[in-house]
Formats: sequence, C-alpha cells, structure tokens
Amino acid sequence: MTIDLDTIGLDQGGHLIIGRVLNQMHEGERVRITGSDPHLELHLRVWARSRGHKAEGRWLIKGNVEKSRWNDAIRTSTEEPESSADATWGLSARGSLMETGGPPLVGHDLDEKIGLWADIAPRLYAQAVSAQWDPNEAIDWTLPTHPDHEVEDAVIQLMTYLIENEQAALLVPAKFIGRIHPHYREILQLLAIQIADEARHIEVFTRRARISGRPLGRSGVAGRASLQTLLEEPDYSLASLLLSVLGEGTFLNLLSFIQRHAPDAITARICELARRDEARHVTFGLAHLEYRVQQEPSLRTRMFSAVEQRHESLRSTSGLSGDVFDALVILAAGEWTPSAVRSGWSLVQELQKEMDEGRRRRLTRLGFSGNEAAHLSSLHTRNFM
Amino acid sequence: MSRDCPVVLGAVAYDAKVVNIWEGFRAWFHQNGLATDFILFSNYERQVEALIGGRIDVAWNSPLAWVRSSRLARALGFEVKPIVMRDTDRDLASVIIARADGLLRSVDDLRGCTIATGAIDSPQATILPVQLLKSAGLIPDLDVYLRRSSIGIGLHGDHIGGEREAARALVGGSVEAACIADGNHLLFAQEGTLPAGSTRVIAETPLYDHCMLTSGPAADWSSIERLSDLMLGMEYSDPAVRPLFDLEGLTAWVPGRTSGFGQLEAAVDSELFYDEKGTITAVDYRP
Repeated sequence: MTIDLDTIGLDQGGHLIIGRVLNQMHEGERVRITGSDPHLELHLRVWARSRGHKAEGRWLIKGNVEKSRWNDAIRTSTEEPESSADATWGLSARGSLMETGGPPLVGHDLDEKIGLWADIAPRLYAQAVSAQWDPNEAIDWTLPTHPDHEVEDAVIQLMTYLIENEQAALLVPAKFIGRIHPHYREILQLLAIQIADEARHIEVFTRRARISGRPLGRSGVAGRASLQTLLEEPDYSLASLLLSVLGEGTFLNLLSFIQRHAPDAITARICELARRDEARHVTFGLAHLEYRVQQEPSLRTRMFSAVEQRHESLRSTSGLSGDVFDALVILAAGEWTPSAVRSGWSLVQELQKEMDEGRRRRLTRLGFSGNEAAHLSSLHTRNFM
Repeated sequence: MSRDCPVVLGAVAYDAKVVNIWEGFRAWFHQNGLATDFILFSNYERQVEALIGGRIDVAWNSPLAWVRSSRLARALGFEVKPIVMRDTDRDLASVIIARADGLLRSVDDLRGCTIATGAIDSPQATILPVQLLKSAGLIPDLDVYLRRSSIGIGLHGDHIGGEREAARALVGGSVEAACIADGNHLLFAQEGTLPAGSTRVIAETPLYDHCMLTSGPAADWSSIERLSDLMLGMEYSDPAVRPLFDLEGLTAWVPGRTSGFGQLEAAVDSELFYDEKGTITAVDYRP
C-alpha cells in the first residue's frame, strides 16, 4: 500500500492523511509514504517515533499506541443521562468517547439522576433562554412614580424586601451548581439561567427602589433569619421544596398582588416580568420533586421533616416584618381614608389565603394528602419566601 | 537515606512537570509492591556525583550524564549499569538547518558562517552537531562561529528553550544556520516557530540514543531488577500509566542499551568536555 503526500509535508498537515489511512490498518501492517517534501523521511521518522509506529526509510509500520489509548474508552448516551455519573468522567461532554483515566472530579457529589433530574428541564431551559429580557429595553424607566412620599416609601420598602429575597434565591442554586456532576448538563444550564434571572430581578428591584432618590427601606432580623435557613439546607431536593415550591410559589401570588396594586407603571411592569421568571423556577422545582418522589416515595417523609425543622428553627422569630405587611396594605388601599385602609387590609388577608391555597395545591401534586398539605402550608414561613 | 527505601531515584528538575512525572511513577511502583522515592537535582553534574557517591541508587540520566557516570565509575573501579530507556530515546538525530531561500546547501557552505546552537552542554543541539562540523573539516571559532544559547546550562539540553532560541535566530536572520534535534525540527514547524518550508536541512548526524536510567554502586541489584521488570511491564493501555508516559514522552520502556552512545563519547573527547576519568574539563561550563 502507498500513501502519496504529493508536495505536502508532515509540518503542513501531511500526518492527517497518513493517520486517516493508518486508522484502517492493523498493527504491524506496512505502508509506503511517497511525496516530494524534502523533509519527508526525517519527519516521518520523528512522527512515527512519537506515536509508537516504526519508520524504515519511507516505510511505516503501524504500532498499537492509538489502539491502546482508546481500547477501554466508554461512551454514554448523548441524549439520556445515566442514572449515576462517575467522577472519572470529569468534564467530558455527555455522549463523547471518553478515554479512561485522568483526574476525577472532586466535590461534585450531586451525581445521581434521581437527586437532580426533571424530564421537563431541557424544554424549560429552551423557554428560559427565549424569555430573557433586558431591563433597559423591557422597562420604561422614565415613567413617573407616585407623588405621595408615603406611598413611594411603601414601594421602596417592598423593593428592599424583594431584593433580599432575590439574593437568597440567587445564592441557593449557586451553592448547588458547583456540586452537580456536569453529566447532568441540562440541570446546570437551567440553574445557570435561573441564577441569571435572579440577578436581573435584583437589578430591577434595586433600580426601582432608588429611582426617586429616597433611601432604601428596612431589613428586619426575622426576615433575614428566615431567608438564611434556605441557605443552610444541604439537600438539593429539599432545598428545591423550600425555595422553589413553597417560597417562590408563594412569591407568585405576592408579585401578582404588587403588580395589581402598584401605584406606578414601573413597579407593575417589573413585578410582571419577575413573576414570569419565577413561575418557571416553580415549575422546575415541582417537576424535579414529582420525578424523585415517584421513584422514592419515602422522600415525602424527609420533605415533611424539612418543613417542620425550618418552622422549628424560626419559632422564636416573628416572621414577616411589620413594615412589609404595612406597605402591602398601603399599596392595596391606594389612599389614606379609613375605608380604603380597611379594604387594603382585607385584600392582604385575601392574598395570604391565596398563598396558602397555592402551596396546598402544589403539595398535593407531590402526593401529600389534603390534611398533610394544609399542615405543611401552615408551617411555611410567614416571611413568604 | 537510600537504606530506608529499596530504590532511591534521582532526576533533574528541568521543568515543573518532572515533579508530576516522578510522583506518578512513585505511586505506581508503590501500588505494584516496590517502595521507591526520588530526589530532584538542579543539574545533571550534581546528580551524577550523587549516583557515583552512592547517595542515590539510580539516576534518570541524559546521554551526557550517562557518559560521565560511566567514566567516573570506571575511574573508581566499578561500572554503572544501563537499566531502561524510553522507546523514543532510540535512534535520534540532530540536524543543521539553514534558510530554504538562502544559498547554503551543504556543510561546506557553512565556512565563515555564524551558527546558533543550544547550550554548551546540549548533546543534541551543540556537542553532536559541532562534532559533525568538525568531521567535515570546519573548526569552531576558526572556520565557523558558534552562537551558543545560555538557557538551561547544566540541564544537558533538556530545556527546549535553547533550541527554540536558535531556531528564532535563524528565522530572524541573525545567524546563517542553527543546530536542533530532529524532533524539534518537526515540532517547531508545526507550532510555527519555523514557518513550514522555510528551512533546509543541510546536514544530519548519524543516529544516536538519548536518556538512560542508570544504576550506581549503592543499588541493591534485586531491587533494581524488580524496578526494571516493573518498568518494562508498564503498558500504554493502563490509564494510570498513560498520562505519565504522555508527559515523559514515551509509549513504552525498553531495555537500556549502550550501543547508541559511541558518537557522543567521541564528541566528548574531541570537545574535551570531560576527561577519561569523568572530570569536567569543558572551558566556560558552569552548571
């Protein structure tokens, strides 16, 4: 057999032509290389030596190094993730031919499909990518705010509260993302977008709070303590329950409420945009827990304990800051007349009822009985998130 | 120290990767039932003296270090022994290259030219090519002028920087020719240091061998045989071995042979690099 390289040398890609032919040959077979490159023989000897082949003048005898490298290589499915991922797969793309060996991933202990997965994740990721919005484009920041300082202060108080909640919602997935085995890339991608969503929410709530030049509102200890318990949950699925299903689920009602009663168009718009993103986060959290609970019904017991434990740890705190509650009433009232305030108060009561109903509905989807769902919903933090 | 451990190996730290290589081999030997340790040296002369002095059992020697080790040992009445070498250590050559668009076509054309070489102690980029010039009747500093690299002196040419410097000097036009190893001619062309087709090989040395694992007088022979057997049994298909082979640039260990050092022995004598007792006699060589 002969390979004619014509005028091309091994320093100009000629080795690719040789390699292509060698791939079809067996160990020990000979091939003659011809060509007019003046360094052909010299480079052939060097190239063969470094790749475990043997060169005799312009003859090349195939070695077994390439085969040895790839003999034990494995390939997982490109589409379907495996039920568990091995640390030695490292950062390889799912579906690639993986050479064995190499440094194992360290610290990626979320490496089982059951603990992470949701079949809807790829579709949700695609939706999330197409639904990204630019705060500069999506919101007209030149629109006026309410002229009454007390109403504006109520908006600022709510924005202050929302910022600290969104910071928690950013940090929780961020904490887990570094522990997830990259074999489950769709989960990484979706959480990455979720983190980007929260970053944008923090931006718009901050911009809205500062638009009138008045100082930010208050940050109560109880609210912060409640949020901090979210950061302390080490189990990914349980953190999804607490943050996405219960917390962000409750926020869907809250953001709708603020949007509906906002005294200015900017506030209404940013709550509308944030709510759309949050709905996706809730869907993902719920889908993951449904997936896991179907295969591991005993997870419900742990979910129960997690909610109870969080409730216990917050027992000594007062829950929602009075400032936040009052701000919601002021927004819903719209004016300072006693009848308007009474109406605002009753609307906030109604909101809390809606929040409770939403939580119970989602918990029922996870297989909890009506009574269990009602009990768990009642234990949810009064701080909403 | 060597008495606490069956085999203490010496290697020269010409690059940071040397630590990874010998850490990796050490772990592999341990897993396969042979306790070893290694000591890193800043230059080959110090390593050779440690080998001959019995402070290490075996040394991963450059070809020049093999020559000196064997001379020092003979002078003291014993022999150092070749253990293993890389498959890629056999049958190397060095080349003298000139610009392809120039008029230089043979060694004779180099008369009066300036030639870039590697460091003074590089067998492949200085000692052997200079011997090639001499055998063609060209006397350095009389018929040709050598511009030696000062990079990595004491590393016996292991540091590739000296050859890269020589190649760049040729491309830049400050010298008429350059001496480099055959493998680096292809490497420099592929990485772009030497643009493809820009050079012409005007002379090539006969084939020679390169590094050699060498055992010294302190070595316990049964342990060395065990070490040798283990190394020769290492397979490229073993995922624990393969990254180390890739780093060290081999696809298999092969038995050490001394037949590939005759050319270098002659060059060392001709250059007065070491005397027959292994004393360093090269002028201006300060490792």
